Amino acid sequence: MKAPLSWIKDYIDLDDLNIEQIAHHLTMVGLEVEGIRLVGLPKPEDERHEFNYEGISWDREKFLVAEVLEVMPHPNADRLVLCRLNDGSQELTILTGAPNLYPYKGKGTLAQPLKVAYAREGAILYDGHQPGQVLTKLKRAVIRGVESFSMICSEKELGISDEHEGVIILDADAPVGKPLVDYMGDAVFDISILPNMVRDASMIGIARELAAVTRRELRLPEGIPLPQGDALSKRVSLEVHKPELNPRFMLGMVENVQAQPSPYWVQRRLNLAGMRPIDALVDATNYTMLETGEPLHAFDYDLLLRRAGGNAPSIITRTAQPGETLTLLDGTTQPLDENMEVVADSAGPLSLAGIMGGVESGISAQTRDVLLEAASWNFINIRQTLSKLKIPSEAGWRFSRGIHPALADQALRLCLQRLLAWGGGRLVEGVLDAYPLPPQDPVVTLKEEEIISHLGAEISLEEAEGILERLGFECLLQEGKLSAKTPPIRLDIGEGLIGKASLMEEIARIYGYERIPSKRLATELPAPVFDKQLDTEEKIRDILVSLGLQDTVAYRQTSPQREACILPDQAVDPGVAYVRIKNPISSDRTVLRRSGLATMLELLEYNSKFRPSLALFEIGPVFLPVEGQLLPNEALRLSVGMAGLREMPTWQTKTPEPRDFYDLKGILEALLRGLHIPEVSYRPAEHPTFHPGKCAQVLSGEQALGVFGELHPMVQEHYEFEALPVLAAELDADQLVALSRVEFEHEPLSPYPPMVEDIAVIVAEETPAAALEAAIHQAGGKLLVDVHLFDIYRGEQLGPGKKSMAYQLTYQAYDRTLTDKDAETIRNRVVRALAREFGAVLRSA
Amino acid sequence: MTDREAQLENERKEALAALNDVRTAEELEAWRIAHLGKSSPVMQAFSDLGKLPPEERPLVGRVANAVKQALESAYAVKSEQLRQAELERTLTSERIDVTLPGRAVQRGRLHPLNQTLREVCQIFRDMGFQIYRSPEVETDDFNFTYLNMPPYHPARDMWDTFYTEKEGVLLRTHTSPGQIHIMRERAPENIRAILPGTTMRYEQLTARSEIEFIQVEVLVVGKGITFADMKGTLNDFAARAFGKDARTRLRPSYFPFTEPSAEMDVECFVCGGQGCSVCKGTGWLEILGCGMVHPTVLEFGGYDPQVFSGFAAGMGIDRSTLMRYRVEDIRYFRNNDIRFLEQF
Repeated sequence: MKAPLSWIKDYIDLDDLNIEQIAHHLTMVGLEVEGIRLVGLPKPEDERHEFNYEGISWDREKFLVAEVLEVMPHPNADRLVLCRLNDGSQELTILTGAPNLYPYKGKGTLAQPLKVAYAREGAILYDGHQPGQVLTKLKRAVIRGVESFSMICSEKELGISDEHEGVIILDADAPVGKPLVDYMGDAVFDISILPNMVRDASMIGIARELAAVTRRELRLPEGIPLPQGDALSKRVSLEVHKPELNPRFMLGMVENVQAQPSPYWVQRRLNLAGMRPIDALVDATNYTMLETGEPLHAFDYDLLLRRAGGNAPSIITRTAQPGETLTLLDGTTQPLDENMEVVADSAGPLSLAGIMGGVESGISAQTRDVLLEAASWNFINIRQTLSKLKIPSEAGWRFSRGIHPALADQALRLCLQRLLAWGGGRLVEGVLDAYPLPPQDPVVTLKEEEIISHLGAEISLEEAEGILERLGFECLLQEGKLSAKTPPIRLDIGEGLIGKASLMEEIARIYGYERIPSKRLATELPAPVFDKQLDTEEKIRDILVSLGLQDTVAYRQTSPQREACILPDQAVDPGVAYVRIKNPISSDRTVLRRSGLATMLELLEYNSKFRPSLALFEIGPVFLPVEGQLLPNEALRLSVGMAGLREMPTWQTKTPEPRDFYDLKGILEALLRGLHIPEVSYRPAEHPTFHPGKCAQVLSGEQALGVFGELHPMVQEHYEFEALPVLAAELDADQLVALSRVEFEHEPLSPYPPMVEDIAVIVAEETPAAALEAAIHQAGGKLLVDVHLFDIYRGEQLGPGKKSMAYQLTYQAYDRTLTDKDAETIRNRVVRALAREFGAVLRSA
Repeated sequence: MTDREAQLENERKEALAALNDVRTAEELEAWRIAHLGKSSPVMQAFSDLGKLPPEERPLVGRVANAVKQALESAYAVKSEQLRQAELERTLTSERIDVTLPGRAVQRGRLHPLNQTLREVCQIFRDMGFQIYRSPEVETDDFNFTYLNMPPYHPARDMWDTFYTEKEGVLLRTHTSPGQIHIMRERAPENIRAILPGTTMRYEQLTARSEIEFIQVEVLVVGKGITFADMKGTLNDFAARAFGKDARTRLRPSYFPFTEPSAEMDVECFVCGGQGCSVCKGTGWLEILGCGMVHPTVLEFGGYDPQVFSGFAAGMGIDRSTLMRYRVEDIRYFRNNDIRFLEQF
């Protein structure tokens, strides 16, 4: 909502406040000022500005109201004219090329001088010939042999609009010689209107809020008294079929109007408020809408008459019939359905109620008799129609937020007044007013302790009463109770308890949020809840970060095609259930993800362009629809991905080794140990994403935690990895949370020295290391405190299909120093067990 | 002076003179053998003592001892000098270029959004708040209706919503549905909790708008909770998050699930309130929306609004992280470009 200061001042005195102070008041009552555009007025000289200013200030000495006394031809140019101009202190000759002065050329001294905005040499204004707004300083120049040092301004040059075809012709009563800024300098507040404050999407609404917060008087315009008589009812009839959709419908009429230009001050205000001035008829409806908040619609009565075959037209408001269509003012033809409310006559729909008029019956430059509609519509119905037809409409925007039916009356009176004043013509006696469903304006009562116990501020009922009255509420304060009747300008105040909350907001807002004290919560603290889920998630992050991995945050939205890239054949399985988005943002984000792996591979692919060594992880949910369940399961996944070199090449390590399966496994081992997950084991596994020989499942006991491995070569081909190999893991983070132990027993330290010795055994190649190590532990018993594999050797002397596994064994007791004999006993047990279980042979040193 | 004495004195002079010329450890060893070894003149003098007449022996013995001690201490000094010189040479030869880069260590990092989220959670935990999480895929009822937005309520326009193909199921547009979940779980207990989580909105993906982002919701419910409590709590939060001198202000706003509603601004931490491009010249940064929980919402949550009241607040983690590091393009966060993430 763009609100010119001069317009607001029609309804409230604000001369003692500067622009910054007014904007502050507006913002602090909920009318957030998003920016201020200066159109003539100077920027306030405050030390600190809380708003973004743009626009132009007109120097008092350099911009004046002047009058053109005569328009003369230019001696050397047809498209230029010379104006004899009086700036209040002297007469000058001014050069201009404005086409709207051509008609006065060579007419001698004008009987009625033209009032113009005059800029002197040195004035800073916008360059009319450059696109956009470029400031320029008016300099002396010789144009086609005539010296030019000042100019008559266009709207564009003064920052009023982008109009540069002609110069501004001011209203005839403009005082010559007056600084232009004093005559029409302005500032436009760009106000963001909250959804529940549509009543303030109007100049009167804004003024009312300012009046309430600054305790000033609000001057409401009356408009003309509604014409009495029955002339109108003889020329048109009115029927409302669905009061719940159309609580009120009023008609008034002016005949013999002329669609001539509105006075300049009206055009200027409309421009500043963001609407193009058209002619007196259109401008009157737009001006009144901006003034009161009530959208109006004007019909060309003669066109209605023609549609009715010369009979008195009947205006009917009803829902559309199936199959009906309507061509709107914007030129589009809309199919209507039986939920859409229309204004119709006997020949069919005339306009889409509360949204847009039809092209057939609207006013035009030829219109003589204007039938003016001021109505009220059901906001939900309007909203539904708008969302179905998706047409931009200022009226629709307003009506879909709830316009009180009482506003129709005020708006009709004001608009008729404007039509007469700007378009001439004669009022037709009488108005038609169908008001089948007046709203019940809620009456809400408040007690002082309710205000205190809700707002925490000591606001007396008397103060509350004052605030509400300034906002238009009818208040009654008696027996410690304040009852407030909602003014017939708004529909946002609820009944009962909700109404109390609504009033509380009104009181707090105008009293000032700034004045409400700041208190510490005094209610009892709820019992602390140990949040294992969150703590473990954060612990996973901490451990992985400490291991050198980069945390990431991933999109939930993806597509089945993208996820199918983790399969060798890339085939989307139509049987896989997804959470499917009805209105996806793009074709590659049509579902919520099911796979953390797919996310991770995309992150690795993207980043492999930038780094030859990558180690990433991501924790987030996947979305798994469950048959017969409304909402999907949201399962938490941990994905880990590594690619390329083990470290970044440096001057010390020019060619680092590539990563392999065991790099990733080492990370997982460290993580699971850090989480104290019990009985972790790793098994060879098959998973379509991974190399069949380099893939493992990780378990805790028999509970699967996830899979990891090196990428299957066929899967790898689906991505453009610039760092290889690629290793990835997807773990069930919910299980990690469940199985991680916050409390665990530590291992005591023995005061006795350990004994360390190495053994190497030769076993068959396929013997899994984990089985061998488990057997060593088993046979070694509790005195064998550590088993550490330090070498694997394969060689001719071992024979084909054999490998030698070398372990460092550590023996230690908690109650004594072990002897060589103890060591020998344990070693022999281990060697015998390995021989028995794996046919292992002790490799002689 | 006997010949013996003279010989020894002479030996002292010669040996000390020779020691002066010694330059290396090898020469020093040769000198030691020559002048302090078994067959050196001094040692020889001791072994020859027996051959002297008894009356001469004490005197010659004393002199020999004195010479031996002099040579030994001179040797010790020289030996230390040589060792020092040798060490000096070694140290010089081992000199390295300390300006070369250190050995590269791969450091892990939290994502900047998770860093901010963690800080915000920690601040509220310190203030006695619990953390509560709820699903990202929600029903229309929880996302809208129970939050005082029945179907076709105009306020629904405030959120551009992703719907799923399942009727009545959508991707939550805010963390507020969690308010209803936690209220229904806890009623009639007091609530003091924050609700962090990812939310999704149907927007065009541009430098300024995201389709997914992280929010943190604050919810307090109890008897006699006031607007002043809300102001105090949020000011406490701002002081902890932005520094104890950070100025804040509340201005009226609108949310369907709160009334009165407000927006909280904090003095721009980039320019200190002077006006800059981050605060768009206003000196203020909008950090959260808040308000007193609407009676309808309390009721849907299972609390009697005649007895209970509460306040709620919501803030965007992406937005505050964006402002904090002056990130110009919000898509940086979920693109996870390693060159961006490495900067945190």
